[in-house]
Amino acid sequence: MNVEAPGSRSARARISGAAIHPGHGHHGEASHGSVRSYLTGFALSVVLTAIPFVLVMTHALPAQSVVPTIIGLGLVQIIVHLIYFLHMNGSSSQVWNNAAFVFTLVVVGILVCGSLWIMYHLNVNMMPGMMPGGQ
Amino acid sequence: MSAVPESFLFGKLTLDAVPWHEPIIMTAVAGMVLAAVTVLGLVTYFRLWKTLWNEWLTTVDHKRIGVMYIILAMVMLLRGFADALMMRTQQALASTGGPGYLPPQHFDQIFTAHGVIMIFFMAMPFVVGLMNIVMPLQIGARDVAFPYLNSVSFWLTVAGAVLVNISLAVGEFAHTGWLAYPPLSELHYSSGVGVDYYIWALQISGLGTLLSGVNLITTILTMRAPGMTMMRMPIFTWTTLCANMLIVAAFPILTVTLAMLGLDRYLGMHFFTNSDGGNAMMYVNLIWAWGHPEVYILILPAFGIYSEVISTFSSKRLFGYTSMVYATVCITVLSFVVWLHHFFTMGSGANVNAFFGITTMVISIPTGVKIFNWLFTMYRGRVRLEVPVLWTLGFIVTFVIGGMTGVLMAVPPADFVLHNSLFLIAHFHNAIIGGVVFGCMAGLNYWFPKAFGFKLDPRLGKVSFWCWLVGFYIAFMPLYALGLMGMTRRLDHVNNPVWHVYLVVAMVGAVLIFCGIIAQIAQIVVSIINRDQLRDVTGDPWDGRTLEWATSSPPPFYNFARIPHVESVDAFWEMKRAGRASAPLPSYQRIHMPRNTGTGVILGGLSVVLGFALVWHIWWLAALGFTAMVALAIIHSFDEDRDYYVPPSEVARIEGSYFEQLTAENQNERPSLAA
Repeated sequence: MNVEAPGSRSARARISGAAIHPGHGHHGEASHGSVRSYLTGFALSVVLTAIPFVLVMTHALPAQSVVPTIIGLGLVQIIVHLIYFLHMNGSSSQVWNNAAFVFTLVVVGILVCGSLWIMYHLNVNMMPGMMPGGQ
Repeated sequence: MSAVPESFLFGKLTLDAVPWHEPIIMTAVAGMVLAAVTVLGLVTYFRLWKTLWNEWLTTVDHKRIGVMYIILAMVMLLRGFADALMMRTQQALASTGGPGYLPPQHFDQIFTAHGVIMIFFMAMPFVVGLMNIVMPLQIGARDVAFPYLNSVSFWLTVAGAVLVNISLAVGEFAHTGWLAYPPLSELHYSSGVGVDYYIWALQISGLGTLLSGVNLITTILTMRAPGMTMMRMPIFTWTTLCANMLIVAAFPILTVTLAMLGLDRYLGMHFFTNSDGGNAMMYVNLIWAWGHPEVYILILPAFGIYSEVISTFSSKRLFGYTSMVYATVCITVLSFVVWLHHFFTMGSGANVNAFFGITTMVISIPTGVKIFNWLFTMYRGRVRLEVPVLWTLGFIVTFVIGGMTGVLMAVPPADFVLHNSLFLIAHFHNAIIGGVVFGCMAGLNYWFPKAFGFKLDPRLGKVSFWCWLVGFYIAFMPLYALGLMGMTRRLDHVNNPVWHVYLVVAMVGAVLIFCGIIAQIAQIVVSIINRDQLRDVTGDPWDGRTLEWATSSPPPFYNFARIPHVESVDAFWEMKRAGRASAPLPSYQRIHMPRNTGTGVILGGLSVVLGFALVWHIWWLAALGFTAMVALAIIHSFDEDRDYYVPPSEVARIEGSYFEQLTAENQNERPSLAA
């Protein structure tokens, strides 16, 4: 019952306000992107994924530099996803998205750095034979 | 249960999977089946199936979902507490050389199930349930941001609980302890299905928790009543926000860690194995990176409950609202930098241990700030000693003791002595019972009239409180002593007459807590019987301060006929002082509401099938279950008819009957209870 005509969409958004579907009103919310931006993001992702494959399969780089390169490309890929698929930008309507993103960065940073620190010292102390340069 | 040949149709599942020869398990299973049959029979007898389906199972109303969360928590409390009683009696019986009555492999499953159930299926649903019921009312919203997702989250949590209970009757549960440390939890040492039940129960319910976290954060950030800035939000809403941010940040770690353990077990990978480059210590590191925030996910909402209770029943504004908010936020961030204190003894060395020891001590500072805020709120207030206040006072005393033993163990050298001892067990029960459980009970007594329209019987509430409080001290103080004497955790039998005495005392304490739980159930039953005397017609039985009391009890399904306007922290208190509370509106507008949907409960049911099939390697069924879940979710997304409008006349009718009640109450007549 009460199926609304499409024309009454703004009325609907006003009545419900943020009450039921906060994201559906399209007023001042993040844009949902265009076909062009999705295709750009897709193309960039494909390229950024293909390069590591090529590097590993063709042995184009020495082993020591392959790993950092792949990690670097992975980080770039994350940024591409954030911009083109999650529609993040610096605009004021995105305050909470950006705050959440910073919080995530902090937590991930703590976790990754902390784990590396912990596991490194653990190995130094408990398994010196397995460390590079250990006895 | 090792090396059973797998059939296509049933995987590893055979009739031998049911532990026919274990009388204790079979009795428990019979009890569970009997209880289930009784409930189903009663529903059928009273012809409630249609009501149950239309009003409850398919509901997207945050209040009803919250109530169902709490019912789940209470049922699982009984299950988890039965495990606790069995452990206490076993240790009391088997501490002078005898074998007791539980064989070791059964005892191991019991302590694992106890931990898993109490954290994931008792404490979490209770806290999430209270957040669901109260938070949208406190911010003046009509529902959560994603009502259908809320239903899905709940039924996924139920699915996890169902899997744990199935494991009792079909197969076994993990023997590994509640965090399933490898290498013990790897296939090589745990070849049965116990760890698989553990993994899939937690993966499914963990997904539900994560989705619920997203939902509640969105609700708080986007749906607050006009005028409610962040620094005007009630403290419980603040703690809900922080707890859910912790959920969203921490639960993916659990999911990934368990997925890696699952890959080890199912696909022969070597993330955490002893051989082939695996590193079991990495599992310990990762699981605690989730596990410590999890502690704060549970305790932060409890802190919020105490804040609301203390402020309301002291008839005073909360002392130090701003410092309370900042303390909560500090705890939220700091809870991510203390996780190593769970494994000081692993061997990361003095520098690493010192860092995490200090951060652990630092996190007790904002907690201390909170304690003083509560004390100063009571200072020179007119404290009414209602049941929620008793729980809060019990908490303040008990939690301070638990906090101090925690800071003691934050000193790494002390932890080397106390690690894995009963001192640790006493400490975290001290913090979780004294903090989280007391908070849940305070919240239950405080908000029950809001959810159901009548108060809980105060006399039985007090009986329950005193049984819990005294029982807690008698049950866990001996464990502190035993830990200092050197008794480690998870011993199915010991031969030491000195310890025996303490273990018997602890058992007596556990029995006393059991009396508290019985009193609690009796309280609810008696209150339902006497509901007319306990009726709350005003919607504001405690002289409340926040918006949840600004509507009737129970609130109409749309919560507020008109969204209130907020001008200060204690919004409803200010409205009452300004005489703006509870006046009928001249006219009403139609209200936009979500429709009920059965998709959530069906998805939950399918996820039980999926989990069960994965546990028993019934691959065709797993594929079928998974495909059905995805298909159902997609089909649901094409359902455009998921909202409707409540016409103004209907709103006027519902509001009219509420104001009639109010008028009748104000004239001191017997309230008319036409409903």
